[in-house]
Amino acid sequence: MALRDTSSLHQLKSPKRDLDTQPPDSSMEEESDTRKINNSFLRDHNYATEADIISTVEFNSSGELLATGDKGGRVVVFQREQESKSQSQRRGEYNVYSTFQSHEPEFDYLKSLEIEEKINKIKWLPQQNAAYFLLSTNDKTVKLWKISERDKRPEGYNLKDEDGRIRDPSTITSLRVPVLQPMDLMVEATARRVFSNAHTYHINSISVNSDHQTYISTDDLQVNLWNLEITNRSFNIVDIKPANMEELTEVITSAEFHPQQCHTFAYSSSKGSIRLCDMRQAALCDRHCKYFEEPEDPSTRSFFSEIISSISDVKFSHNGRYLMTRDYLTVKVWDLQMENKPLETYQVHDYLRGKLCSLYENDCIFDKFECVWNGSDSVIMTGSYNNFFRMFDRNTKRDVTLEASRENSKPRAILKPRKVCIGGKRRKDEISVDSLDFSKKILHTTWHPHENIIAVAATNNLYIFQDKVN
Amino acid sequence: MDVNMEARRILAVSISKLYASRAQRGGLRLHRSLLLSLVMRSARDIYHSSSRDSEPHSGPSPPEEPMDTTSSVEPERTVSEPQPTSPSAQAATEEPEAEYERGASGDKENLSPAKQSRKRRGKTSAAPDFLPSKRARLEPGEERYAACCRSGHPESLTSLSLNRVISAF
Repeated sequence: MALRDTSSLHQLKSPKRDLDTQPPDSSMEEESDTRKINNSFLRDHNYATEADIISTVEFNSSGELLATGDKGGRVVVFQREQESKSQSQRRGEYNVYSTFQSHEPEFDYLKSLEIEEKINKIKWLPQQNAAYFLLSTNDKTVKLWKISERDKRPEGYNLKDEDGRIRDPSTITSLRVPVLQPMDLMVEATARRVFSNAHTYHINSISVNSDHQTYISTDDLQVNLWNLEITNRSFNIVDIKPANMEELTEVITSAEFHPQQCHTFAYSSSKGSIRLCDMRQAALCDRHCKYFEEPEDPSTRSFFSEIISSISDVKFSHNGRYLMTRDYLTVKVWDLQMENKPLETYQVHDYLRGKLCSLYENDCIFDKFECVWNGSDSVIMTGSYNNFFRMFDRNTKRDVTLEASRENSKPRAILKPRKVCIGGKRRKDEISVDSLDFSKKILHTTWHPHENIIAVAATNNLYIFQDKVN
Repeated sequence: MDVNMEARRILAVSISKLYASRAQRGGLRLHRSLLLSLVMRSARDIYHSSSRDSEPHSGPSPPEEPMDTTSSVEPERTVSEPQPTSPSAQAATEEPEAEYERGASGDKENLSPAKQSRKRRGKTSAAPDFLPSKRARLEPGEERYAACCRSGHPESLTSLSLNRVISAF
């Protein structure tokens, strides 16, 4: 698969809230793209404000919409252009559809701590009518947002004039029926539900159930089950908090519902294990059905063994037969029928194994990378440093390293595979481990549910790549 | 000896990370604190076992005091570590009571930095948070912590209770 860097470079810019009332920008032409690259890209990339850092990306179930959340609590939704016959060369590109402020910073007075507005996860609900629904969450609160279009408005009211001012009753001499008149398309986002006060610790993931009625939200020690309609009650289904916190040895790092079985979910732990639970067994799923763990290789033991074995992301395959987990150095594919070892292990950046101490000092070892399946479960993808991301083809066993960077690839160009040189002689196009930029990390990526389109978040920049079309 | 020095360095780095994470926006992260404490524990264990191997007669230097199991107010509460493999569970069960007493005693000077970091942030442990945390309380501990790091005395570093670190958050 050859990937072409398509669409424009989407950059979020501060200050906050200046985008809420703007109509969707549907004219991301290539010319403005070039201007952006020349004038603002390099500058903004170096001095990106922290609020613009993208913290999550997610396609919806049809792939028509792509949502991003950032550290400033904003959600930006992109919509794929309808492919037109006149522009057959140009596959549907993604343009900004809606922008809204999902979460604001809050202050917990009782505990005297600030609650960040950073969006940790976004999950789309399956579409049931013309409106789109998504769940977005920060550390403490989950919100259900409705995104809907308005392209008509009623005009010709009797009691108020077009500006909304109440008319003087004495001036009303006739009766008329308001008529719907077309207007400029407006996309509005409204918060329909707010699910709060259920988590003591920081929410790390949310997952919508295949029953489309419930979802789970997960923090370090608990998993809570919610009904999408009910905000004042949630059920705690997993609780691993020890009676004495001093005995704490592991935390939950992520949880996800099975894509087809509405009673099954899995959660990963900081110790590198995954537990599969069946909600039919008991109200509190503290006893797992299956426990996936690979025994540690004693020859690789170091100070940092626990940190690098902590699972940062867990994802079911689309067909529901496999689980994928990401820890610091590897991605593993597990067969749900085999608990004692993974089916496949892929090295993402094993050359970092000898650098764990420096990565500990500069905090990079705590980075939480996500992983993602393609629509047919044949390819898996995850991010790395230096704006590199890796793809592994499970069938051919081939892998590729690509880079999300405007400096090294022009728009619409085919992405060139990159190579990291481990030691010895460095070839011309290779980059040595010591030259890697660890501040440029790709933590969040997502894959279109059916097509070969991927979205990659590199700090405050969103890259969208599509398969080459001849 | 390389392992020894590396262990010391990792311990120092870990403690400064722990300290820095208190000022972090959004409160202390449980997962990160847990990982830090695990690294500190292995570094401490390696350091102790390697220093024991190199100097069998000197043993770990003070301040090492017997564990205080009484519930009465005790100013000196550094955790004793006669064996590096001493089960943390023992420390775990005995520390909470004395810790709260200590807080009540208001004996600030002798509090080690990790205990000082018992500021409530994002983690509701069994700690009865009836004591308001005032900024003033942190300063003596911060000074002492800073002194620890500057002098680079691994003994004072390792005398910190690692389990305390988790429960303090």
